[in-house]
Amino acid sequence: MMNEANDISCEEALTRVFAYLDRDLDERARGEMERHLHRCRGCFSRTEFERRLKAQLRDTGRIDAPAALQTRIGQVLRRF
Amino acid sequence: MMSQRAMLQRANASRADEEPARAFFEREIGQLLDSLYGAALRLCRDRADAEDLVAEVAAKAWSALGELKDRRSFRGWIFRILANTYYSVCRHRRASPETPLDLDEEGGDEAPFSLFEHLHQPFLLWWGNPEQEFLNTLLRRDLEQAIDALPEAFRVTVVLAELEGFTYPEIAAMLGVPVGTVRSRLSRGRACLQKALWEQALAAGLVDDSMPAATVAGDGGK
Repeated sequence: MMNEANDISCEEALTRVFAYLDRDLDERARGEMERHLHRCRGCFSRTEFERRLKAQLRDTGRIDAPAALQTRIGQVLRRF
Repeated sequence: MMSQRAMLQRANASRADEEPARAFFEREIGQLLDSLYGAALRLCRDRADAEDLVAEVAAKAWSALGELKDRRSFRGWIFRILANTYYSVCRHRRASPETPLDLDEEGGDEAPFSLFEHLHQPFLLWWGNPEQEFLNTLLRRDLEQAIDALPEAFRVTVVLAELEGFTYPEIAAMLGVPVGTVRSRLSRGRACLQKALWEQALAAGLVDDSMPAATVAGDGGK
């Protein structure tokens, strides 16, 4: 049974979305957030949207370094 | 009892400490090169500059490797060198008035922008699931352009947090700023980035914020 006393409001949950996704919440705050997301479809959708956007942003950092750069670094290391 | 995974990690760590410096460095830099280049490209916004930056970072890191106390923290250490080297390059270029890089940390009076909330305006709900549709149409190039348009300090923080997944305390240590400053820059950087994505979508005709709600309501009732 849900403990209403421990539930946070949607307003509070929305202030915690990024801290939650960035693992910046302490254990208690994370637990409160997870309970809220379990019962609130709106905040769950919002959190999932931000999670997917973060994943797409992370993918922009995945790029092959040019072969010329690898050669150049190899040359730098050999000089020392 | 120690798990197999923990034992393996300890064995690897122990082996890393004993490994000759050159072999260790070449392996680590080889594994991180794509990641360093990806971050450098978003910081410099230019392929040649990004290559120069990473080559300089590799040279600096190699010559300073003796200062690295714990080899397991190599990744954070080399990204710290990347951020610092990037900033020193920027400072060098800052003589040009066209490249204002300083950020007014206290000037965050703009309203926080939420892409999700904009996508949930009533006239867009005919899409059914507008935020999913939006993400499905989002291209890598759109995201790169939005990151590239961020002010300097926001861009550095967004790159370290979003592209590289460093924690707020790790970023604070890298940049030599309080954790609260990292939170603030990241929050404002995300708002700027989401606003840029929204504006790009408007410009591309993917969303239309002038659509009258009444027109949409008719479609939505089907």
